Amino acid sequence: MADDALFEFLHMEIVALVYKEQATREDIDKERVTCVSTLDAMGFRVGQGMIERFTKDCPTFKDDLDLMKFLCKDFWSTIFKKQIDNLRTNHQGTYVLQDNKFALLTQFSSGKQYLEEAPKYLAFSCGLIRGALSNLGLESVVTAEVSLMPSCKFQVVIQKL
Amino acid sequence: AEICITSMDNYPLYIRSIPTQGELKFHYTVHTSLDVVEEKISGVGKALADQRELYLGLLYPTEDYKVYGYVTNSKVKFVIVVDSSNTSLRDNEIRSMFRKLHNSFTDVMCNPFYNPGDPIQSKAFDSIVSTMMVQAC
Repeated sequence: MADDALFEFLHMEIVALVYKEQATREDIDKERVTCVSTLDAMGFRVGQGMIERFTKDCPTFKDDLDLMKFLCKDFWSTIFKKQIDNLRTNHQGTYVLQDNKFALLTQFSSGKQYLEEAPKYLAFSCGLIRGALSNLGLESVVTAEVSLMPSCKFQVVIQKL
Repeated sequence: AEICITSMDNYPLYIRSIPTQGELKFHYTVHTSLDVVEEKISGVGKALADQRELYLGLLYPTEDYKVYGYVTNSKVKFVIVVDSSNTSLRDNEIRSMFRKLHNSFTDVMCNPFYNPGDPIQSKAFDSIVSTMMVQAC
């Protein structure tokens, strides 16, 4: 019923709180970066726990691509109630996940007005992806970009040691 | 009998033995069995896609003990060592023990006060493991 709305509201408040905390401290110039890393770190820990729960009953993954497909289909649909719309890869460790109607951005108006604010709301989800991958054995760097609301792209670069 | 949980990088997150004398021998057995686990995991990629279960089965039998292994998707390994004299434990029971372990482990993982990679100190987890070991011995 109202279950989806619960998380959306909580997420909005988390972002607002983290930014408000930061604004009251002195180093304003570092404000943006630390907020994003705080949100990312939160998402990371949540991602680790969630992936443990979701992969409990799945067989082992064949390779990285199999893993990303799992992320795009099962993981995404359990959390955001829909799958990733488009997955592209260069087969060398870089993947781009495109979601045309990202659940946490649908409440924003679709014009250009809030384009600058959007990345704040994507930091947590970037951390979520990073945490999920890290628990599956892949270190990665995840960034997000928005060019047209409410669709967004997550770029995942796997760090090979 | 002993139960051991090791992380991705093969350091122990949780070790529990009954009886507690002769613990060192159990630790040693678990340590050597980790090699067998690694071998089984890396073999999966080359083998066909059908053998992709999490349960690894009997790793190897020594004269006194039987060692069973299980790997999660997050590369956390569970190892159970039981007496060979205890023939009442069938494969299915071992599988259900591993399932229970995995379920409890997932709960520990989702605990916000737990940092992945730390030794597991949850009392609830301890009590579940104790009941399981008492049943097995």
